[in-house]
Amino acid sequence: MALAIVLVLIVVGAVAFHLWSPWWFTPLASNWGQIDMMLVVTIALTGVVFVAINLLIAYEIVRFRRRKKQTASYVHENSKLEWTLIVLTSIGVVALLAPGLFVYSEFVSPPPNAIVLEAVGQQWQWSFRLPGADGRLGRTNVRHIGTHNWFGIDPNDPYGQDDILVEDSEIHLPLGVPVKVLLRSKDVLHDFYVPQFRVKMDIVPGSVSSLWFTPTRTGTFDLVCAEYCGLGHYAMNGKVVVESPEAYQAWLSTNKDFAHELAEGASTPNAEKTPDDILIETGEHLAQAKGCLGCHTTDGRSSVGPTWKGLFGKQETLGDGTQVTVDGAYIKESIVDPTAKVVKGFPPAMPAFSQLTDEELKALVRYIQTLSDSPKDK
Amino acid sequence: MAQAASIGGEQHGPQGFWTKYVFSQDHKIIAMQYSSTAILVGVLGMVMSWVIRLQLGFPGQFDFISPSTYYQTITLHGMIMVVYLLTALLLGGFGNYFIPLMIGARDMAFPYLNMLSYWFYFLSVIVLLASFFVPGGPTGAGWTLYPPQSITAGTPGSGMGILVMLTSLVIFIVATTMGGLNYITTVLQLRAKGMTLMRMPLTVWGVFVASIIALLAFPALFVGGVMLLLDRVVGSSFFMPAVVSLGQQLDYKGGSPLLFQHLFWYFGHPEVYIVALPAFGLASDIISCHARKPIFGYRMMVWAIVAIGGISFTVWAHHMFVSGMNPYFGFFFASTTLVIAIPTAIKVYNWVLTLWGGSIRLVTPMLFAIGFVSTFLVGGLTGLFLGNVVVDIPLTDTYFVIAHFHLVMGVSAIMAIFAGIYQWFPKITGRMLSEGLGRLHFWVTFIGVYALFFPMHYLGFLGVPRRYFAYEGVNFIPPSAAGLNVFISVAALVTGAAQLVLLFNLAWSVFKGKKAEDNPWQATTLEWQTPHTPPRHGNWGAELPVVNRWAYDYSVPGAPQDYLPQNYETPAEQPQRAST
Repeated sequence: MALAIVLVLIVVGAVAFHLWSPWWFTPLASNWGQIDMMLVVTIALTGVVFVAINLLIAYEIVRFRRRKKQTASYVHENSKLEWTLIVLTSIGVVALLAPGLFVYSEFVSPPPNAIVLEAVGQQWQWSFRLPGADGRLGRTNVRHIGTHNWFGIDPNDPYGQDDILVEDSEIHLPLGVPVKVLLRSKDVLHDFYVPQFRVKMDIVPGSVSSLWFTPTRTGTFDLVCAEYCGLGHYAMNGKVVVESPEAYQAWLSTNKDFAHELAEGASTPNAEKTPDDILIETGEHLAQAKGCLGCHTTDGRSSVGPTWKGLFGKQETLGDGTQVTVDGAYIKESIVDPTAKVVKGFPPAMPAFSQLTDEELKALVRYIQTLSDSPKDK
Repeated sequence: MAQAASIGGEQHGPQGFWTKYVFSQDHKIIAMQYSSTAILVGVLGMVMSWVIRLQLGFPGQFDFISPSTYYQTITLHGMIMVVYLLTALLLGGFGNYFIPLMIGARDMAFPYLNMLSYWFYFLSVIVLLASFFVPGGPTGAGWTLYPPQSITAGTPGSGMGILVMLTSLVIFIVATTMGGLNYITTVLQLRAKGMTLMRMPLTVWGVFVASIIALLAFPALFVGGVMLLLDRVVGSSFFMPAVVSLGQQLDYKGGSPLLFQHLFWYFGHPEVYIVALPAFGLASDIISCHARKPIFGYRMMVWAIVAIGGISFTVWAHHMFVSGMNPYFGFFFASTTLVIAIPTAIKVYNWVLTLWGGSIRLVTPMLFAIGFVSTFLVGGLTGLFLGNVVVDIPLTDTYFVIAHFHLVMGVSAIMAIFAGIYQWFPKITGRMLSEGLGRLHFWVTFIGVYALFFPMHYLGFLGVPRRYFAYEGVNFIPPSAAGLNVFISVAALVTGAAQLVLLFNLAWSVFKGKKAEDNPWQATTLEWQTPHTPPRHGNWGAELPVVNRWAYDYSVPGAPQDYLPQNYETPAEQPQRAST
């Protein structure tokens, strides 16, 4: 009896929760309203079955409870009933599958006029590439990745020269224009997911996957990684900014292209740079190469590890309550023995980088120093 | 203490303590060994779930939970629960105990192999636990162990932990293969006279088909695991394309991460049916017994088990809809996945129809069996979302999936196991479990799991991604979700604590429980008809049983009592039998 009541309460509670809880689809910002429709249809159909069967069980355990002088029925077969149920269930299955596959066929068919965007995933940040004026992305290979070529673009491919590079985790898109996102990874599996756009797709190193959508309202949306990719998976957050085509064009022109990136590497002959310049440059490139920027930001945002902006010279409190001033010695120690003095509030998650040479450590320290505001550093 | 044992004419040599109790070849003792090991390691898995929920409900409050610890915990929690608890307990525990008894055999076809299979399982557990003590700790790659991340820097345990895990799995697979061979051969060859396949209880059918699936599916995990080991240890590139890992160019080239996923899920999907089919069987037998009614549609139930077993090999890539595989595969796998819903739905209808017109007594095993149906219903229905490829796209890798698989595996299969424990404890130990404690256990668990997992679906609708240590950098999640996470964590901790009631009940009742009759539930199946309770070595005494009827003769019109055991002969049937 109590079980019947509880089953009824569960049904009532579930329906009430569904109708009145504040947690629902994050408001749609793309053309994929049909996915929302399929979700609602599925909820309706499964909801009806959930309610009906639980209520039926509740009824049965009351109506057919054990009573003296009442035996159970021996009837245990009813071919007609079983086949009817099979047919009805099959109809239900087809009712879900047919529209679902129809919408899916649109998912696998990006419109021919879609603009192309490449999203590159790496542990634990995003970067982006656009094809530039020639409309084609240059060939890439992981083996080309290095200083001044973080995207691994083949320097000999002419199509790559005008590729527009966006090296921070924020990408802009023009409102109302379908975009096909090509997905590439440098290291491990990742997944490109913006909840408001509904669509997601894993990023597989060694191949290129894709998805498409059309942004239908302006705003700034979270880009989250949706395939576990290691310690910093939860911190691999980017932003997609959807704006008017004019604003988008303005933003576009603020990004450099691959040709310029290559030129930067070649331009200032080292003879014209001071030793300090070279040290800072080396430090900056090491920070990218060694994956430091996967967990430490340079713009003040907190991530898996403390931000480097304003770090040098700062007073930090360690996990055990003691205070420490961040100087070169502390930074070097934290690189080769990261769990020795962990800043309070951060997890002891950093791997030890014990193979760095003294020169490399010096470069990193110098680079981190330049990210503090103290005038004596410049 | 050595003694010669004689059973039904077979002579045993003298058995020492070690041969009789430790390296026992008696299926009942092996079953107890499997069950206690599985339950112990399952308790560890449950404690891990508390750590996970502590972090998710109260982020930043527990210093000992770092991202590394968190990811190692979710990995071990998943692997322990799916493989080392559910598979081992259902096949090695329930399968071992009940197959010979339910089909009227004295033991398994290969008792020595049976003994070996337990000790290999035990070894696999030891190796798994050893991963806590290796440099870098256990692997934190997620229970799915996907490369490249499982073997590259940036993932906890990618040095030693992953090697220990893969080694443990390989040993486990050896154990399961030995076990599977045993169960299948025993069912096919050792059924008592009159026990045709279509007179076997559904528990046996569930374990039997699950064992066939296991022999066909585990090899895929085995080769995937070996290839991953090779990639990690000798630098082969089965699964590894050219990558730059945390700034270092690695030597791999030309491999495919998707190959691992196909191999893993070719095992992984049938694996969930390896867990589910025995659970279905247990539920059928228990519901029938306590409704005093034959299971509705027995033939269809058998065909559904077989069909589910077969179709389960055609659905695996529904775990890979957004994996980056050829998108056109989505059409095929969505179709097969929704097709498998049909035989599964039939089973649910038949459990419900069994209750119709019954004489239902809500003893603890029945409460859990009905709890199984209710929670399997909601878990199975959400499978219809995830199987329909385009609906899966927003939901995959969110909390919707976590809610789904916990409800179907972590809740409903466990409920069936609890139902089985309460049902058969009297036969196994000769004592009754406390009914009061059993009800307490049921109510807190049943209400707790709904409180825990039902709201979780809505975190999935929001789009909250899974396998996240924290959600600080993520803005689309409303602040109210933090409150929901607290609620879910509290429900999880309370529900977890309730399981201690069962552990206490088990420990206490073994010594102090009310003495049980031979057949306290008045059940028809053969295991209740043994001459002794608990059954002795050889199970049946001098003569094997002879079976005259199917497993579900409850409330037969005109019968002298409301159940007819399978080896019972009505007076009308007796003269037909020739002298022994």
